[in-house]
Parts: sequence; C-alpha cells; structure tokens
Amino acid sequence: MSGPSLMDSLFQRTLEDLIKGLRQQLIGEQAFISKALEEIRKEIKSTDLSTKSTALLKLCYLSNLHFHDMSFAAFHALEVLSSPRFSHKKIAYHAISLSFHDSTPVLLLITNHLRKDLTSTNEFEVSLSLQCLSRIANVDLARDLTPEVFTLLSSNKLYVRKRAVAVVLRVFEKYPDSVRVCFKRLVENLENYDPQILSAVVGVFSELACKDPRSYLPLAPEFYKILVDSKSNWISIKVLKIFAKLAPLEPRLANRVVEPICYLMRKTGAKSLLFECVRTVVTSFSEYESAVRLAVGKIREFMVDEDPNLKYLGLHALSIVASKHLWVVSENKEVVIKSLSDPDPNIKIESLRLVMAMVSEHNVAEISKVLVNYALKSDPLFCNEILGSILSTCSRNVYEIIVDFDWYVSLLGEMSRIPHCQMGEEIENQLVDIGLRVKDVRLELVRVARDLLIDPALLGNSFLHRVLSAAAWVSGEYVEFSRNPLELMEALLQPRTSLLPPSIMAIYIQSAFKVLVFCLHTCFVRGGSTAGVSASASYESFDDLSVENGAGSTVAHGQTCTSAPITNESIVNLLKLVELALSPLLGSHDVEVQERARNLLGFVDLIKLEALNSSGQEENDSEQKGVEATKIIRMVHDAFSKELGPVSLSAQGKVPVPDGLTLNENLGDLETICSDIELPSSNTFSFGYPSEEKDVSSFSNLQIKEDSGQSNESTSLLAEHRKRHGLYYLPSGKSEVISNDYPPANDPALQGDNNDTASDLVKLTAESLVPKRKPNHSKPRPVVVKLDEADEKPVAVKHPESRDDSLSGAVLDILFGSEDILPTSSRSNLPSSNRKGKEKQHMITQVESKENVVGDGNSSSRRRKDHSHGKERRHRKKNAEERNETDRKEKESSSNHPRRQKSRQRAEEPLKVPPQTSVIPDFLL
Amino acid sequence: MIHFVLLISRQGKVRLTKWYSAYSQKERTKVIRELSGLILTRGPKLCNFVEWRGLRVVYKRYASLYFCMCIDEDDNELEILEIIHHYVEVLDRYFGSVCELDLIYNFHKAYFILDELLIAGELQEPSKRTVARLVAAQDSLVETAKEQTSSITNIIAQAANFTIKMLHKGYGPWGSNALHLESLLLVDVCTRLVDQH
Repeated sequence: MSGPSLMDSLFQRTLEDLIKGLRQQLIGEQAFISKALEEIRKEIKSTDLSTKSTALLKLCYLSNLHFHDMSFAAFHALEVLSSPRFSHKKIAYHAISLSFHDSTPVLLLITNHLRKDLTSTNEFEVSLSLQCLSRIANVDLARDLTPEVFTLLSSNKLYVRKRAVAVVLRVFEKYPDSVRVCFKRLVENLENYDPQILSAVVGVFSELACKDPRSYLPLAPEFYKILVDSKSNWISIKVLKIFAKLAPLEPRLANRVVEPICYLMRKTGAKSLLFECVRTVVTSFSEYESAVRLAVGKIREFMVDEDPNLKYLGLHALSIVASKHLWVVSENKEVVIKSLSDPDPNIKIESLRLVMAMVSEHNVAEISKVLVNYALKSDPLFCNEILGSILSTCSRNVYEIIVDFDWYVSLLGEMSRIPHCQMGEEIENQLVDIGLRVKDVRLELVRVARDLLIDPALLGNSFLHRVLSAAAWVSGEYVEFSRNPLELMEALLQPRTSLLPPSIMAIYIQSAFKVLVFCLHTCFVRGGSTAGVSASASYESFDDLSVENGAGSTVAHGQTCTSAPITNESIVNLLKLVELALSPLLGSHDVEVQERARNLLGFVDLIKLEALNSSGQEENDSEQKGVEATKIIRMVHDAFSKELGPVSLSAQGKVPVPDGLTLNENLGDLETICSDIELPSSNTFSFGYPSEEKDVSSFSNLQIKEDSGQSNESTSLLAEHRKRHGLYYLPSGKSEVISNDYPPANDPALQGDNNDTASDLVKLTAESLVPKRKPNHSKPRPVVVKLDEADEKPVAVKHPESRDDSLSGAVLDILFGSEDILPTSSRSNLPSSNRKGKEKQHMITQVESKENVVGDGNSSSRRRKDHSHGKERRHRKKNAEERNETDRKEKESSSNHPRRQKSRQRAEEPLKVPPQTSVIPDFLL
Repeated sequence: MIHFVLLISRQGKVRLTKWYSAYSQKERTKVIRELSGLILTRGPKLCNFVEWRGLRVVYKRYASLYFCMCIDEDDNELEILEIIHHYVEVLDRYFGSVCELDLIYNFHKAYFILDELLIAGELQEPSKRTVARLVAAQDSLVETAKEQTSSITNIIAQAANFTIKMLHKGYGPWGSNALHLESLLLVDVCTRLVDQH
C-alpha cells in the first residue's frame, strides 16, 4: 500500500461525516458539495478498496439526492465490484444500478462480473446481481446472461428463484429470443404453490399480457386456477389484470371468468382487490349486465365514501363505464354534479369529465349553463378546465351536438366575460370558424361581437385580446348584418384599442376598413344611384365639413337589417373619426399596423380627393368624378364582399407540385431572403418560393382585372387577411377541379411565373367554394359547412409493434412448441408452405379436429388448418402436461368445455404469427 | 409496474430516489421538480393520486415525508398505497420507530430495504418479517466482513483521530508540549503501520 493512499484512507470522511457536514452548511452547500466531490475524485482512485467503496457510496449519495453527475466513476464502480467482500459489492451494485445506462461505455465489461455473481453460492450476491441486471440490461447483457437466468429460474433457493422470475421480464423485453429458452420454465413456475414465487410469476405475466394479451391465451386455464385458489390479494389483483386483458379476446373465457370475479367482488374485504374487480368488470366485461350492475353498486359505494381516494377511484371507474353504459352516469348524476364542488381538484376534474361524457344535443344547453355557473364560482385553474372542456365538447366533430347556434354563439360571448377565462384563443378560433361555417348564425354572431367590442373594459384583459380580435374580424367580415355599422366603427376605433397588441390592432384596422367601405357603399352606391346629384353635392361637404343633410342618402336596402340611418353627415363624421384615430398609428412601430392604417387613410384621402376635385370643377365633370368615386367604392366593396369559407387542413397538401418546381426541404435560406417579412405570411402561397410581396400583388392582378391600383391594393389586403387567419383557400370540396385544371408547369418558363399560378389557384379555389355555400332555411339546424377530409379525425396511430411483436412471436412459438423456430430478426409474414415431414401428422390431426370444428360451429377451412396446427403440439411432453391440467379442469367444471376452448384459442393464434420457413432445432423441445 | 419511487420531505428536499425505468439524470431532476411542485402543494384531506404525464403518481405523507410512487395508468392505486405503507412499516421495524433523520443518515440502508421489497418495479416480498430477516442477514454479512477487514485499520484510524484532536487542541492550554506529544503519537502510528504491513 502506497503512502498517500494510506493517508487517504486514514483521514477519509465517511458517508456519515459527509451528511453531517452537509446538514451543517446553511448557505455554502454548493461549495461544500463541490469540495466533497473533489475529495471523492481523489479517493476513488485509491487502490484500497475500502477507501474506494466509501468514496463511491458518498458519490452515490451526492448523485442520488443532489443530482451530481457520477458517470466518471463508472469504471471505478466496476473495480469495486470485483472486490470479494460483500459490503463492497453491495455498494458497487448500488452505484451501478443508479448510474449506468445503455450508453455507458464500460457496460460491456460488466458481463463477466454479473455472470460470476449470478452463479455465486451466496444467495445475496445472486440477488444483488439480478437486481442490477434488471435495471441495466441491454440487448447484449440480456443475451449473454440468459443461460444463467435460466438456471436460476429453477433454483432451489426460493429467494433467488423469485428474483430471477421478476428479472426475466426485463430480459425478455431486451432480448426477445430469450423467451425461447426461459419461457417454459417460467410457465412451470406458475404451478408452484409457494405464494412468493407465484406472485412474482403472475406479476411478470400481467406485465407481459399488457403488451400483447393474445399470446397468453393458452395459459388461461392456469390463470383461472390461480384466480380461484389464490388466497393472497396481491396475486389476485395481478391475475385480474391478466384476465382484463385476455377476456375481450375470447368470449367463452369471459363467460367462465365472470362468475369467480363477481364472487370475489362480493366476498372480499380488501378495497384494493375490490377496486380491481370493479375495474376489470367495467373495462373487459361490460357485456355482462349482472356483473356490471354489481360493479356499479360498488362504484356508488366508493363515490359516496368519505375517503377521497375511494371517491376519486369511484369517479374514475365510472368514467370507464361511461364509454359503454351511459345510463350508469345519468343514474349517478347527483353524486357526480356534487363532486364538481369537491375541495380536491383531481376529483373535480374527474367529475367534470363525467359530466362532459353525459352531454348530448338535448342537454348541452342545460349542462353548459350549470357548468358556466360553476366556472364563475371556482378557482381560475378549474374554471379554465371547465371552459376548455365545454369548448372542446361542443366543437367536437364540427359542432355535432349544437343545434341552436344562436345560443352557442352567445354562450361563447358569455364565457369570454367570465373573469378567469383564459381560453381566448380557443374562443377566437370557434367564433371565426362558426362564422365561416354557419351562415344562419351570422346575425347573432355580429351581435355578440358588437357587445364584446363595444365594452371598453374588456380591452384591459389581455386574455381576452384574442376573443376581441375574432369579434373585430367577424364584425368587419359580416358587417352587412350589423344593426348599426357606425357604432361598430366607433367601437373599433375607440382610444382604448391602444392596449391591444399590434397584431390584433391590425385586425381592428382592417375591420374598420371593411366597415367603412360598407358604410360608404350603402350611403353612396345604393343611395347614390337614386339621387345622383345630391351625392355629388354631398362630396363638397368634405371641404368645410358642414353638411346639409343630403337628401335621399338615407339608405334602405333589402339585404340587411341595418336600422340606423347612414347619412352624409354621419359619413363625414366617420371619415373624421377614422382620420383622428388612425393618424397617430402612421408612426406605429409595427409594420402591420402602420401598413393597414396607411391603407385606410389612403382610402379616406382618395374619397376626399375625389370630392375636392369635383367641387372645383363644372357640374358635369364633378358628376363624373362623383361617379368615379362611387365606382371606386363599389369596386372595393366588391373585393370585400367575396365570402370566405373554411379551408381543409390538408388542402395545401392536395395542390400538385408543378413538374419543374423543386421543393426545398430546408427553408433556412428563406430567412436571409425575407427576414423582414412576418413569419406567418411566409408559408402561405410559396411553394418553396420566398418572394411574398410579388406574390400578393400578382395575385390581386388576376383577381380583378379591370380594377385600378386602388382596388388592387385592397384585394391584396383581403388576401393578406385570409392569410393571417390561416385560410389558405386551397381546394376543399372540389379539390379534383384543381388537380384537373391545374396547368402542368412543364414549361421551364413557367417556373418564373410561379406566383401567377399560385394566385390562379387561389382564384380557382375561391370559385370552387361558392356553390357549396347555399343556405338551407328549411332545416331546423343551420347548415354547417364541412370539409370531409379536414374534419375527419386523423387516423389512429399505428400500434408500435416492433419488438413486442417479436416477443409475442417467440412466446407463441414456445406455447405451440413448433419445431421450426427462427430468430426473430428473420421473421417473415409470408404464409409458409407445409412442411413435408409433418404432412402426415396434419392429416391425422385434421381428422381429429373435426369434432372440435363442429363444436365450434366454425367451419372455415383456414380455421381448420390452423386447428390442426394447434393439435400438432399435443405430441410434445409439455402439451401432455397441459392436457392433464385441462383434464383436471374438466372435472372441476362441467359447464364449458375447457379443452375445446383451449384448442380454439390456440387455433386462432397461427393466424397472427405464421409458421416459419427455415428450420432451426430448438434444444428445449 | 412502478416506474420510480421518491421520498421528498415537506420542504421539498429529496430523501430517496429509485428509478425502475430509464430516466437520464436531467430528466430525473425535472421529474422531481415537477412532482414536488405538484404534490407538496396539495392539502391534507385530498386524494392520494395525481395524474402526471399520462402516468399516475400515488403518494402518501408519513410525518414530514412524502412517499411517492409512479405507476402506469391501469395499475391499482390502492395496491400501491398498501405497498407504500408496507415499506414504511418495514422501515419502522428496522430502525425502531423510524424518523426522517434515520433515513437521512442511513440513506443506503433505506435503499437496500427497498430493494428487498421491490424488484424491477414489482412487489417482491409481501411479508414484513421476511424482509426484516433478509435485511438483517445481509447486514450481518456486511458487518462480519467489515470487522475482519477493519480491525487493523480501526486502530490506526482511532489513533489518527486522536492525533488530529491533539493537533486541534494543541494551540490551547498545552502550549509547546502539544507539538511534542503529537509527534510522538505520529511516530507511534507509523511504527505500528510498518509492523502491520
């Protein structure tokens, strides 16, 4: 022993010293720890194993409770592991299972240590290494140590054996081929009478069955026996879990098992077991009326229990039942509603889910009313939970359950006024969405939007800004439904709008634009057509702003229900208001706001300019000018009056890519090209083409050919508006029109004109939507525009079945005892040709199986073949055992024929895992 | 299965962590931060289950310690509560009316007991007596090993400790004598060591 290391070991601080020292540090804890770590780094290099292990233990402590990296000590841990002393080993194993992971570099070095300890005579050492293996096993370790674990599975030391059983699960997970070696022994352990072993085995099977229940159907008789005989609640719970997975696969099994489960449910005093019974019944035996009734009775007991745990679990179980038996929920409505005011947030949420499960189109109004009242009273968190679930339930499947949209829209308005409401974004989306989809509700929608806009107090609540933006958009887009557009204008331009974030401010200005155009249009175009001269006279009023009330400019038009008269005076005031409100915004820092304000003011100027010019010239000319102004207004109005429609989420994907166009995978260079353009607009019409500005302008070119620059601008604004709202306006219902009519861009020259084609597309889609939107007033429920592709729920995610599959495949192979076993890697799904050596056997068994086939009432030839497959297995020793087992079973119960049942179960399996093609002898069978 | 076991004190200090599923060091810290925020804020008369990232955390407070276990959605919550109680009882039996300090100073023992109870995230030993017996057996194994090895180093360590104490007190009333005594002791120690090795 060298000098310094000796001194180290003499003056080394023990773990206790470290903890004590740490506890005395009130402030300098970090400094203390880093000093201790420094010491540890030194000590751990010592050659003395005691010093080393103490250092390792200290490091474990720091890593475990203070989260300091201990990966540097991986190799040292291995060194300690090689110590012959148990105390060192224990510390080393502890450190390893704490810190090792799949990418630890020294992981491979541990294999021999583990193997040595797994074969040790000291059962505690074996246990330590098993424990460690369960934590750090990777493919290599699992593969290399499978033989040792296999041996331990039949160890005569119970302590070791039950641990080995538990660890086998991890080995299977990592290395499915080990199933071929170990599975048989594992099954043998099922017949063990020692409760500890049994508990471990059942635990393993319940985990395995979770992943792929079908493979374990053949073992059902064994599980049944355990279920009936078990005295231990721990074991019963696990077996119930297995049956919950197996029963849905095999109805006759369910028939058999449901009785014992009900018996257990009645008899047991343990709440945990009782709950497991209840859960098993409600998840997997929901067709058995009597069982469900019994379970529901127990659930009710749970729900009214004082213990919040039972209450929670009762509600939870109820929500499982709810999916299949809704009556159960309505039967217990009172309890559920009462739980909404429980002090425990978890219980509240659970009961909220149940309440939402009860919602149907008949009661949605009442339930929402109750819930909104609850929302008003409860804390912010739960309030938003309630609002969120109302919103998501009502909007499910394109507002499936909503009949009265007027009611729903006003509910949305009401919800946004709830003080704690933070669901602004969702309400915004729904307001806009409903506006687009449901034509009949727009009148009410505009009313709700007006109420929201007009309330200056709402502007102060930042959570509501999103709602307000929707309200502004709605009132601008559907302004023709408004009772009083002037009032809307005032609301949109009120001074407190300065509290809004710029993006929403921009929407406000744009909406104001729309409202203004509408007002002018109603005033001059409709009214002006009847009184042409008076209109021109009214333009003069822009000069001195003193107006004689223009005769005949009061508008009455059939299309809307506008009741407030729009007079020349009001128009003048309106223009003044716009100028007043928007001129400060010309200096806004936000480009969007600035641009829109400039647009609107430009428009106002233009109107005024026309009037100005007209005043100075002859009557004839002025009339002409007036007409020109009217023309402009009309054109702008036309641009705005094009209806917007909902757009399919997948619409973009449907646009065929022109041949010559290359789509960039990486759009990183986009940023450098157009860093000054807002992000949301950069992904609109560009098919890998970054030039947005051109895009917009060329788009408008096509849109309205005869228009002047003025309307051009406004159309592009409209386009921008669409973009901002994510309405890409790509094909929806008539997508095939696009794909057919789309000009194939083979011509390289066309590449440059991509923008044009894109805008073409926009135009096309806009047209394609028009015929879809015909209101149907005869129906009580307003028409909700649906886009089939978009509103479909995305297809359920494919089940991950990479390794599980191979695992279950291996399990099946073992259970079938088929001779030809193939490594999982080369497993194929091709149906195999019959193996020659077995054909004779097939013939025999086929005959033999006929009685079964008749009994099953299943005569498909495919089935029969599989059946015979299942029979092959009987020639093997293990199967003989199983048969004995079933024979015993038959005596026990006469109601159902377990053997037949079993063979049927087996018969079904080969459907899933087809036999293998190449032959590898299995040394076990 | 149980994904991990946590012991958190009421002040949010971690007393024990055991991970049965793979979590990186970073994730572990995050998990603990999240969960202690979630659990410690809950009032006393609420239910003992918390939903968390699609999993369920069952916790129970004993004195100043929160025992938390994270399980799958379809595991039995009440069973886990029983396991927690079981563990507490075993600890109680082992330490003799266990308190937080016991776990602080014997953190490794708490681990070893937990290891007897759970393996690979499954309950292994439902009998308290058996667990106690197994832990005691391993303890004695550790102790005997320790005694054999440490009889020598023990003496040295004691001597060394004494030396240090002398050193510390040397500046007190002893005056210059201290230096003398200290060097004497050190020499003594060294000769012993040389004899031994």
